[in-house]
Amino acid sequence: MMLEIRGLTKHFGGIRAVDGVDLHLGEGELVGLIGPNGSGKTTVFNLVTGIYRADAGSVTLKGENLVGLPPHRINRLGVARTFQNIRLFRNLTVMDNVRIAHHSHLGYGPVAALCRTGRFYNGEKELNGIVEVFLSIFSLQNRKNDIAGSLSYGDQRKLEIARALASKPEVLLLDEPAAGMNPYEVGRLMEFILAIRDRFRISILLIEHQMRLVMGICERLAVMDFGQVIARGLPSEIRENRKVIEAYLGEDVAIE
Amino acid sequence: MRLLRNLIKTFVAYAFLAGSISLLAGGGVVNPYWVQILELACIVAISAQGLNIIYGHTGLFSLGHAAFYGIGAYTAAYLMKMYGGQSQAAFLAALLAGGGAAAAVACLIGLPTLRLTSDYLGIATLGFGIIMKVVFDSADRFLPELGGARGMTGIAKMTTVPWVVFFLLASLLVVRNMIHSSYGRAILSIREDEIAAETMGIDTFQYKMVGFVTGCTFAGVAGGLYAHLYAFLHPSNFDFFKSIDILVIVVLGGLGNMSGTLVASFGWIFLLEGLRVVLPPGYVELRWVLIPVLLIVTMLLRPQGIFGTREFPFLRGKVYR
Repeated sequence: MMLEIRGLTKHFGGIRAVDGVDLHLGEGELVGLIGPNGSGKTTVFNLVTGIYRADAGSVTLKGENLVGLPPHRINRLGVARTFQNIRLFRNLTVMDNVRIAHHSHLGYGPVAALCRTGRFYNGEKELNGIVEVFLSIFSLQNRKNDIAGSLSYGDQRKLEIARALASKPEVLLLDEPAAGMNPYEVGRLMEFILAIRDRFRISILLIEHQMRLVMGICERLAVMDFGQVIARGLPSEIRENRKVIEAYLGEDVAIE
Repeated sequence: MRLLRNLIKTFVAYAFLAGSISLLAGGGVVNPYWVQILELACIVAISAQGLNIIYGHTGLFSLGHAAFYGIGAYTAAYLMKMYGGQSQAAFLAALLAGGGAAAAVACLIGLPTLRLTSDYLGIATLGFGIIMKVVFDSADRFLPELGGARGMTGIAKMTTVPWVVFFLLASLLVVRNMIHSSYGRAILSIREDEIAAETMGIDTFQYKMVGFVTGCTFAGVAGGLYAHLYAFLHPSNFDFFKSIDILVIVVLGGLGNMSGTLVASFGWIFLLEGLRVVLPPGYVELRWVLIPVLLIVTMLLRPQGIFGTREFPFLRGKVYR
């Protein structure tokens, strides 16, 4: 099992944002996490990546505990993510955004950097190659010297995924990757997600509201409502699930 | 090979700068008073590059930069006075000790506050600056040589053009090489978005410490040079307003812009002294009216600082783009 979440709980004051969530992600799996706004999906991501500390429950990556570790340690163990409200290094170049994510795998030390030894130049050359690889996947290589904040919304989302991949994760958490994209871009994004999963052999857990994407590429789905998982199964099963329809559309509609 | 070539280039630049200024001064072309002002400008530039790392690059708000400048000044001056005599080697050691003392104190301030958000560092350094002013004022109670509120005298005049140019060049090289490496980009990522940096594997606490301590070390070394420039130290040289002076220089130069900070440091010092010459006697204090006006005008016309994002060629230092 790649990522295993058991009984994950987080309270904010009296609100149970996440209430005993169980989720698991197998090697190479692509799982969708869906649910109405405010159901606790992003909080699950924040708990897994260490931005919040869980009140109860466990999160393990290949059997290793993640709860209580700072986010940078969790990233180095192999979990990377994107953010619902894009969090790029806006005033830095596209290239720098990707390079920074690769920092924990750097090939030279601080002394080599200060003295500009051969090791530093080789390391920077290697980084340059890595940047090319990740940017070309998303056809962003022509924008590499542009300021990240100047990219279009869709390109910024893609750059966030490229940046997350550059940190060499085994598990990738995508928080609404298709938000704000037009139908054509969503179609391209679906291809990208499948391609990077196969190319880098990573497991992906994604939050998304666009049902076309969720139903199109996810192998399994988990549905959250009021901090709990109310249903799980194949996309075809979830589509028919009564509880899910109630959660999304309200009880009255479902009864009719 | 590249290392050797870079070393030679740096040495030639150093020899040219230090040599030509010394020649001009020695030959009587530039009057000694202005040479001293030039030395002061270089010292202020070193200290400003330090704050530029802290505020401009790392994005940490520090209001106590002059306190670290003072710690370096008093440490170096005390060591030289007690043990150094007139030895150049001892002077170098004293300057490094001044930087080291500032770095050690910066560690003590940083360890508890840098785990919190940036605002707390601002408050902590503000308080620390005020405390240090009091410490300098009453320093003679525990070490009579420091002079306390009467000021510290008997310091050797060791600071020369070659020394200030050497440390200014060294500080510029350190900042340039650091910022245009992966370590520097890690520091910039904290300023851009701390949470994103952290989730991308950057130990933000560690790099905030690196930025803050490096910046304070620069202030410490600059302080040591300052102490041996005028051979007199007074606590009022290191009060809250001196911290603000440096902050103004960094903001005027453009946050995170090395060239701008360099030019603003020289501009600031030469403007202060130039106005002393230009303004009629009795109106010299008008400087403190003209400078804020200039500041407001600059903020209105060029909020991104005088240089924006451009850098002098020798400060670009990007390896790939």
